[in-house]
Amino acid sequence: MPILVALWCTAALLATAVAAVAIGRHPWGRPLVYGVSLTASMVAGAAALVHLVAPPGGDLTVILPLGLPWLGMHLRLDALAAFFLVVVNLGAFAASLYGIGHGRHEPAPQRVLPFFPAFLAGMTMVVLAADAFTFLLSWEFMSLASWALVMAHHRDAGNSRAGYVYLVMASFGTLALLLACGLLAGPAGGYAFADMRGGGHDATTATLVLVLVLLGAGSKAGLVPLHVWLPLAHPAAPSHVSALMSGVMTKVAVYGFVRIVFDLLGGSPWWSAMIVLAFGGASAVLGVLYALMQTDLKRLLAYSTIENVGIVFIGLGLALAFQSNAMGTAAALAFTAALLHVLNHALFKSLLFLGAGAVLTATGARDVERLGGLIRRMPVTSALFLVGCVAISALPPLNGFVSEWLTFQAVLQSPELPQWGLRIMVPAVGALLALAAALAGACFVRAFGVTFLGRPRSTAAETAREVDRVSLAAMTVLAALCVLAGLLPGVAIDALAPVAEAIVGARMPAQGASAWLTIVPIAESRGSYNGLLVMVFVAGSAAVAALAIHRFGSRATRRAPAWDCGFPVPSPATQYTAGSFSQPIRRVFATLVFRARERVEMPPPGATAPARLTVEWRDPAWDGLYTPFAGLVTAAAERLNRLQYLTIRRYLSLVFASLVGLLLAVALWP
Amino acid sequence: MILELLVQGAQMALVLLLAPLLTGFVRTVKARLLRRRGPSILQPYRDLARLLRKEVVLAENASWLFRTTPYLVVAATWVAAALVPTFATGLIFSWTADLIAIIALLASARFFLALAGMDVGTSFGGIGSSREVMIASLAEPAMIMIVFTLALVAGSTQLSTVATVLAGPEVGLRVSLGLALVALVMVAIAENGRIPVDNPATHLELTMVHEAMVLEYSGRHLAMIELAAAIKLLLYVSLIAAVFAPWGIVPAGGGGAGAWAASLLAYAAKLAVGGFLLALFETAIAKMRVFRVPDFLGAALMLGLLGTLLLFVSRSL
Repeated sequence: MPILVALWCTAALLATAVAAVAIGRHPWGRPLVYGVSLTASMVAGAAALVHLVAPPGGDLTVILPLGLPWLGMHLRLDALAAFFLVVVNLGAFAASLYGIGHGRHEPAPQRVLPFFPAFLAGMTMVVLAADAFTFLLSWEFMSLASWALVMAHHRDAGNSRAGYVYLVMASFGTLALLLACGLLAGPAGGYAFADMRGGGHDATTATLVLVLVLLGAGSKAGLVPLHVWLPLAHPAAPSHVSALMSGVMTKVAVYGFVRIVFDLLGGSPWWSAMIVLAFGGASAVLGVLYALMQTDLKRLLAYSTIENVGIVFIGLGLALAFQSNAMGTAAALAFTAALLHVLNHALFKSLLFLGAGAVLTATGARDVERLGGLIRRMPVTSALFLVGCVAISALPPLNGFVSEWLTFQAVLQSPELPQWGLRIMVPAVGALLALAAALAGACFVRAFGVTFLGRPRSTAAETAREVDRVSLAAMTVLAALCVLAGLLPGVAIDALAPVAEAIVGARMPAQGASAWLTIVPIAESRGSYNGLLVMVFVAGSAAVAALAIHRFGSRATRRAPAWDCGFPVPSPATQYTAGSFSQPIRRVFATLVFRARERVEMPPPGATAPARLTVEWRDPAWDGLYTPFAGLVTAAAERLNRLQYLTIRRYLSLVFASLVGLLLAVALWP
Repeated sequence: MILELLVQGAQMALVLLLAPLLTGFVRTVKARLLRRRGPSILQPYRDLARLLRKEVVLAENASWLFRTTPYLVVAATWVAAALVPTFATGLIFSWTADLIAIIALLASARFFLALAGMDVGTSFGGIGSSREVMIASLAEPAMIMIVFTLALVAGSTQLSTVATVLAGPEVGLRVSLGLALVALVMVAIAENGRIPVDNPATHLELTMVHEAMVLEYSGRHLAMIELAAAIKLLLYVSLIAAVFAPWGIVPAGGGGAGAWAASLLAYAAKLAVGGFLLALFETAIAKMRVFRVPDFLGAALMLGLLGTLLLFVSRSL
């Protein structure tokens, strides 16, 4: 039974976490811990995949005598949970494999090894939980384990602040989810998901639950403007943990949203889709614009996660809109697109974070302005990183394109929607999605170009060495899956059919039946795409062109100094930097969004001082929301501080007054 | 089956062979409009042949990416062009990629070309790449909005279906299609680096975009890049013709020998008209500053969005 396999794997992970406290400093602690994590994620992932592809009949609910005595611990494996288990364990597999090799550079392994398997176990338990208590407990466990991993290098500049902001936002998110679960359980207190699912909820409760879940799961997933902790915390952790947090934990948050809003809440009103679409569209565009402003490679990747989460939420918002209007096929299309992007993003974002970790190991630098030319020093890493860049930029024939293409096809189904608000909003969100996709291309040309191409900008980049084979193997697995999912998307779409069937009550047309493995969202006359044939055609044409030219034209090659219009300057500082590369885009978009300003200090003629260009930009989320809020909290705390210095007489009268007030409230309550 | 494969092969060969001719034709017309004699219309073929015979001078630190990019770029552009209906719709592989995928294929080509511009590590390559992606970051969403408009009118993103539906009598004149046409022409000008966005004839100017990006290329690599640029121009002219002037295209299932000949002639005439209009436009207008280009493309994006919104709203009227 797959659920028991998954549970035993979780138990093994927890036991390893406890054991790792003792053996964390030993030299064989690292291979042992990561080896157990690797095996457990492989077994659990395989079990979940078997459940997804060939669902067995019978009851898959397990009730363990743990947790609340009158409730027990409900655990259930259905199609949705199985899909997310596959995603979690794929990421966990790659991160564990990478950890075996990369972990030897870890300065403080005893701060990482106990929490790594605990983090994996927490994410698995969130997905398997089938009652509110277990769900929230696992959610908090996952948050705390990842917080401990963020604080692994707590002496580095900025990391303690990152951990603090993360802790505050995670507590806020759990609080919102706690309230949502309380509302769903109702006065009767049916905390098992099965009880919540049955209960009909009135419109006010449904709205409140939706908003609370959007705040709770959205803050964990990194929706703008709840994203502020993410670009601080994700890069602070060791690289394979960053891969897990960005690639997998944000997906667990998406799971929480889908589970509560689609599954437990049942239907929701049509305008709730507008809220989700607005959050999704804003996150998609702002996330990538933030990413374009960054020069820290890992922080850039973290911001790009916000963009991709936005794309997922656009798909989910479309699915909500179609579902509330009983447009089953379109809802299935949008929902499948969102889930496919969940899988794709888990693959390529993990790959990119592992690649960034390899660069960090090889050069010690996260700032791209100090890198450059790594394609010659680290050929394998750069090729694998390039695969990730192409995939995340939504370019055919890799996997990122497929899910964005499906989302566009879902947008094209929306003129049938009856509500005016949605009909005006959906094309605007489609434009935002297109803008985000194009900007992502620019962002990753910049990221790859400045890091891996050009001439080295520092000695560290000049003397970089390729990383170890185990780390490379982890990245190769992910890159191969990116290519495979791009060439054969029909397989993934068909595997998602039972999930869509269970959650939105409809499925996309079976893709296995269409000729040549083409994917067809609605009908062949309305649009189709075949990644495999596109790949074959492009590769074939390129090969034919190259062979023909080498055979009939010239094949002579001569190496010479770069041309550069006749005036090559030997200093690598004359290259375009990351800052100068994004300058046109900064001028077009960021002057408005981030109030970016450039200041040029030009010394007077004859002076020997250097000319300086300073770029300043403000973060609207901090300026508009968090800094004023933090100021309010501080002011309120200062006011309340006076209560600490009262006389005993005043304390007693205060107690008496509040007692009278409470009694009055009870007496007057209807 | 064999015949269908032959037709598809003919289409691929046609776009490859005609592309330099269109570029040469535009250059000749421009020269005549300026009262110059100009080179022969066949000059692009001679240039390509000359470049193919020459050796490649590679910068010392050029990587494998720099050497493979020209072939990838030409292949992606060629495949994209072969999927646009020229003289017939419903070709055997036309369902491989719809219009969104064709645009994404061109985006792939640009992605690699921009990377190649940064590979050698010169300031010219960087400036070209940086400006190219800035232009693309506005041109691509505008193009997607145009696709939305077309797809909503035709009920499909499949170009063959779009061309067939728009050739039919039931579409008629629509405001959205007019907006889409204007936006598409603007995007096509920007994507092909024509005046007023970029100048394909310029050299050694700080204002240039595409030419700066490919400055380090020589020999057969340069030939591939020039060929890809020519194919891209042909692609956009074919796209505008197939969508907005779909007359004479042989429908799926084919016709007699007369129909094929007529459609080929019609296609040649459309290319000639498109090339002439482009040359006329380029002669009449001055190049704009780089930072005016976002306004230009922003207008295209807004027109496309407006066309789409009109269609969304008019569904219920």
